[in-house]
Amino acid sequence: MVTIQNLRKKFGKNQVLSGLDLSFGAGGIFAILGPNGSGKTTLIKSVLGMVIPDKGEITVLGKNITKNSDYRHQIDYLPQIANFPSNLKVKELIKMIKDLRKSTKEDERLIELFKLTPFLDKKLGQLSGGTKQKVNLVLTFMFDSPIIILDEPTSGLDPISMLRLKDLIQVEKEKGKTILITSHIMSFVEEISDEIVFILEGKIYFKGTITELKTKTNQPDFEHAIASILTDNHA
Amino acid sequence: MLKILKYSFYDLMRSRWSYVYFAFYLLLGIVLLFLNNDLSKAVITLMNVIIILVPLIGTIFGVMYYYNSKEFTELLLAQPLKRSSIFLGQYLGVAISLSMSLILGLGLPFVFYGLFESSAIWDFSLLLITGTFLTLIFTALAFNIALSNENKIKGFGYAILLWLFLAVIYDGIFLLVLIGFEEYPLDKVSLIGTMLNPIDLSRTLILLKLDISALLGYTGAIFKQFFGTNYGLIVSFIALSLWVIVPVLRIVYKSKKKDF
Repeated sequence: MVTIQNLRKKFGKNQVLSGLDLSFGAGGIFAILGPNGSGKTTLIKSVLGMVIPDKGEITVLGKNITKNSDYRHQIDYLPQIANFPSNLKVKELIKMIKDLRKSTKEDERLIELFKLTPFLDKKLGQLSGGTKQKVNLVLTFMFDSPIIILDEPTSGLDPISMLRLKDLIQVEKEKGKTILITSHIMSFVEEISDEIVFILEGKIYFKGTITELKTKTNQPDFEHAIASILTDNHA
Repeated sequence: MLKILKYSFYDLMRSRWSYVYFAFYLLLGIVLLFLNNDLSKAVITLMNVIIILVPLIGTIFGVMYYYNSKEFTELLLAQPLKRSSIFLGQYLGVAISLSMSLILGLGLPFVFYGLFESSAIWDFSLLLITGTFLTLIFTALAFNIALSNENKIKGFGYAILLWLFLAVIYDGIFLLVLIGFEEYPLDKVSLIGTMLNPIDLSRTLILLKLDISALLGYTGAIFKQFFGTNYGLIVSFIALSLWVIVPVLRIVYKSKKKDF
């Protein structure tokens, strides 16, 4: 589905990604983990073509993504911070994105699911952080694309919406989609992901299942396994 | 690109500032016409306002729009859209809505005054055409500055400096050069110097069209020889078009390399 070869990116003097190789097969939930500033968002944005890599090659569904924008029809992306044009109404935003991508009926079901109906006529600037994130989720999941990228999907969500989100992700997974998730909430990652990818200093430090990670680090539980990677490498 | 253009345009049409800008020109047009009662004089006064104000508004609106719509841009970047269409769509949205405020705001009072029966219609059209060119040019320059500067304050600073330079400082330097080298033949230098600044070029074009070049003395005669002819007019419009095309090309080039 997605392959990344020798990806390098520098912001000024700060080498964020230094020769990263990674590939995701079809179907499954992959969690991308790493400490703050390890390059998770840069990696995701490179796949989306928002960040232009200094070096390296990225292919999505067998096609090289440089000088190409059509491949983004195959990707649904949930950005980290839901920043929307503040003078637009929720309804208008949904309509606009549908107009730019393609027509869909799925939004009605999602609006119902996240109980957004009373907010449809409100301007995005007036919404709370959690409600914005729900709108963000509607925009992401309403297109039925084979690849879904979620950057911190849980931020600001209340417990009920969190449960609904988990169900939603499972349903999409059963359709055979490839889902990439970044999150700092370890319990969420442990519960939902099939495989994890750990990025450290711009490279892949570990890729595999959670059980494999526990064996590798000799730790009984997932949170300690992650912590042990971090302490070992920063000591 | 047309979809982005449509959304940017609607977005701006709903903003208060477009109406303020439109109302300002409407008021200016009405006041000048009905207090002045002389169409040609009104056109000259308008020229002085347009030459300074249009570039300033184009610059400030351009920079402001770019920084304010950053979130919208990021949302668009993740969609299956070409970068060049996103940025050109936004640029044209700003430039066209500003041009419309200008053309409608000034045009309406003039039409009601009886412009179509007057001989000043060509002078007036030229005024609107150069005004539109100046809007296109300075909005494009503003987008360039904003694309190259992440920092809002810096971006605004550079944009204002650019306007100040082209509207005021350039003329000062130009004059000093002319005085300093007055023993030498300067007709070519002054022609080229005028071409290199879109504000000067617009001003000269309008002044010569209004046939008051006698006020400009000896240089006026040379300018008249050049700009008064069809050849001069065509060269001037090519120069103005280049002032639009080059910055627009840089928008496309810069936007392709930028990280978001």
